[in-house]
Amino acid sequence: MISIKTPLTKEAIRNLKAGDEVLLSGVILTARDAAHKRIYDLIKRGKRIPLNLKDAVIYYCGPTPPMPGRAIGSCGPTTSSRMDAFTPEIINLGIGGMIGKGDRSEEVKRAIKRHKCVYFLATGGIGALLSTKVKSARPILFKELGAEAVYKLDVRDFPLIVGIDSNGKDVYDTAGWKKK
Amino acid sequence: MREINVSKIKDAVTELCLKANFELRRDVLKALKSSIKNETSARAKNILKSIIENAVLAKKKHIAICQDTGAVFVYLAIGQDAALVGGDLANAIDDGVEEAYRKGCLRKSIVKGPFIRDNTGTNTPAFVVTDIAKGDKVKIAVSPKGFGSENKSAIKMFRPTASVEEIKEFILDVVKGAGPDACPPFILGIGIGGTFDKSAYLAKTALLRPIDEPSPSRHIAKLERELVKDINSLKLGPMGLGGRTTVLGVNISEAPTHIAGLPVAVNVSCHATRSAEKVL
Repeated sequence: MISIKTPLTKEAIRNLKAGDEVLLSGVILTARDAAHKRIYDLIKRGKRIPLNLKDAVIYYCGPTPPMPGRAIGSCGPTTSSRMDAFTPEIINLGIGGMIGKGDRSEEVKRAIKRHKCVYFLATGGIGALLSTKVKSARPILFKELGAEAVYKLDVRDFPLIVGIDSNGKDVYDTAGWKKK
Repeated sequence: MREINVSKIKDAVTELCLKANFELRRDVLKALKSSIKNETSARAKNILKSIIENAVLAKKKHIAICQDTGAVFVYLAIGQDAALVGGDLANAIDDGVEEAYRKGCLRKSIVKGPFIRDNTGTNTPAFVVTDIAKGDKVKIAVSPKGFGSENKSAIKMFRPTASVEEIKEFILDVVKGAGPDACPPFILGIGIGGTFDKSAYLAKTALLRPIDEPSPSRHIAKLERELVKDINSLKLGPMGLGGRTTVLGVNISEAPTHIAGLPVAVNVSCHATRSAEKVL
């Protein structure tokens, strides 16, 4: 088990290999379909992105609202491939990593390799358990999107598996089944 | 006629939405526990253990099992001797959903339309199907269905002369297409026969049946067993990271169909397949 902290610098990422188990601590930013589309549209229109994404970690997640007294509700990953069309442009902004579940496109894999970032897998469908790793959460952008807003999460020992490492190696390629 | 006030239906829908989102089904939990013993890799075992740990925590602390608290599918079997009184049934169901999603701090995931994607803010409307049944009781089943797996579902209209092997190949292709994205180990609801829409209805309602309860029809039960074996041979494993558990259960429902066709619908569901039911 490897413990790493955000921001995810190139040095921190370099030694991570596909399949490694990682505990991540620090700040991560949630963004799913609607937030990706908005950020992508801003990029395409040449507008300023109201978010510093340098070495940031983006988490594909739309949490449930917190019960009183808790930081966050259930907060597992959503399917990453729905973000694939937007991801190369987001990677261009200098992010350090992404967290989601499932397969990525070849374009995303090439962008990861080119920019030396990393794609982490979180286990899907265990959002209650993952909520215990989140110390605080607050919406910081696109608040009107509700669960789809960008939330700043402070996490401690968030359990992940390296899905695609900075050399473009994909854990699913060695998982023992053939991709369709 | 036995009168049932729709406010009772509303209360039942609220209760069942909360129960389904916080308590993993007994049959699903049982299948997860026994699948650990079949796995050989530490990674597959650990993922299954964390899924079970999550279920225990969700039930104890009333935190949703999964943040995708779903589109709410409501199945009603209304006895023909029951009279629903005291208001509008569709409103009562939606009021029940709204109350559960507010009180339970569940995620509101429904938007107004496919193009006007404003959140309705209440997780309504619910997606309701009704059957007319014998007697004077109303059976209500509620299933909050996540869309990671819903997105991987498929229908194919086969030739009436298609072989069972061709149908199996299609189902295996749907599972391969779902891959690691849809949170394996899966539960599959499969509808065979009927019409285009009926096959989807059969697939969806098949997911409500406990996975340790085979089809009462012997040839369908045999097909269910064969598919479990074939799908697990794919070695996709928990979360697609390899292993022997790709599917926890396959439930098939069949129906009469037309001489010219053989519809097959596959409703993919994740390891957090949720539902709860009661009879009023």
